[in-house]
Amino acid sequence: MKLSPEAKHNLLDPLIGNNPITLQILGICSALAVTTSLKTALLMSMALTLVTAFSGASISAIRNHIPGSIRIIVQMTIIASLVIVVDQLLKAFAYDTAKQLSVFVGLIITNCIVMGRAEAYAMKNPPGLSFLDGIGNGLGYSLILIVVAFFRELFGAGSLMGYQILPLTTEGGWYQSNGMLLLPPSAFFIIGIMIWVIRTYQPEQNEAPDFVIHESHSHSAGESH
Amino acid sequence: MEAYLSLFIKAVFVENLALSFFLGMCTFLALSKKIETAIGLGIAVAVVQTITVPVNNLILNVFLKENALLQGVDLTFLGLISYIGVIAAMVQILEMILDKYLPSLYNALGVFLPLITVNCAILGGSLFMVERDYTFGESLTYGISSGFGWALAIVALAGVREKLKYSDVPKGLQGLGITFITVGLMSMGFMAFSGVQL
Repeated sequence: MKLSPEAKHNLLDPLIGNNPITLQILGICSALAVTTSLKTALLMSMALTLVTAFSGASISAIRNHIPGSIRIIVQMTIIASLVIVVDQLLKAFAYDTAKQLSVFVGLIITNCIVMGRAEAYAMKNPPGLSFLDGIGNGLGYSLILIVVAFFRELFGAGSLMGYQILPLTTEGGWYQSNGMLLLPPSAFFIIGIMIWVIRTYQPEQNEAPDFVIHESHSHSAGESH
Repeated sequence: MEAYLSLFIKAVFVENLALSFFLGMCTFLALSKKIETAIGLGIAVAVVQTITVPVNNLILNVFLKENALLQGVDLTFLGLISYIGVIAAMVQILEMILDKYLPSLYNALGVFLPLITVNCAILGGSLFMVERDYTFGESLTYGISSGFGWALAIVALAGVREKLKYSDVPKGLQGLGITFITVGLMSMGFMAFSGVQL
């Protein structure tokens, strides 16, 4: 199948250039909470990508029949039904990991990525493109999740996907694990640093500062103060 | 009584919805630039949370639990959709009541009230209530305290950010980046409470 330029743009742009987490500040809640291990992060990414793609497609399919005044409720119902399906599927086929995800599967309903894409893209565009837009944004979200989870699990517990990569000192190995990485604050730090890295390479994403601090020069310091 | 007090302390400090479960982060980061808006949003969230958690607890026990409505019928899979429905309805009702009886508060909260429907802290509170099997009394306490904890966190962050805008932050870290680092530091501070046993 050959993709049209717009479809390709929908699929690839949200990965780095217009990433839902680092640029649009959407869907951060779960991004931080489920990243203590790579497995939960992968499962959560899959769940969210599926929900975003299918909710985009179905909302866009009926977009001309939704009255403007109740569109949020309609969108919410569609999303909630999809999340129930995903939740039941996870409970059936990946019960242990689903237990670890606890409330965060349910919270996909209020994940701003899903609602945001439904409102901003699916309401105005045909189903096929909305589906791809959903997949693209889901993948952008997954990318951040997987990177954060990779660092947190590898250096926090010395393992990846549950397999021991770096042997821990407690088990006779050489790696002293950094327990801090498994705690909530480190997730904030890692995402903060990722934003910094992305914005260093893509300076147009920088936010304009509220105040500009002037360079102080030694010869002018005396005059101005 | 003691159990309720310890639940309160736990939900406000130790298991703060914003800082240790990352709930309601989108609004938490987007609307914490000024202390006034942070206070307005904080109060709105606390009020809605106090109402919705116990109401969802009733919904769960009266309608959805196995054998609650009809013998042999288990409707718990409808949980998610009913909770979000209750939350949306509650926010709408609260909006109408405030508009009629407390117009000054209604104007102060303004656009934040409808936004709360999609705040994950609210749905998260209800889902934690389900997961932890709270009784009605406990869920009322949990609703009050988790809402209060969230409000406390956003007001504190707004206070920090108001000072932060005068500081010289490296380019690229300005705005969102430094806010994340700040929240991380705050969350570390709140972790100090995790040793508190009541």
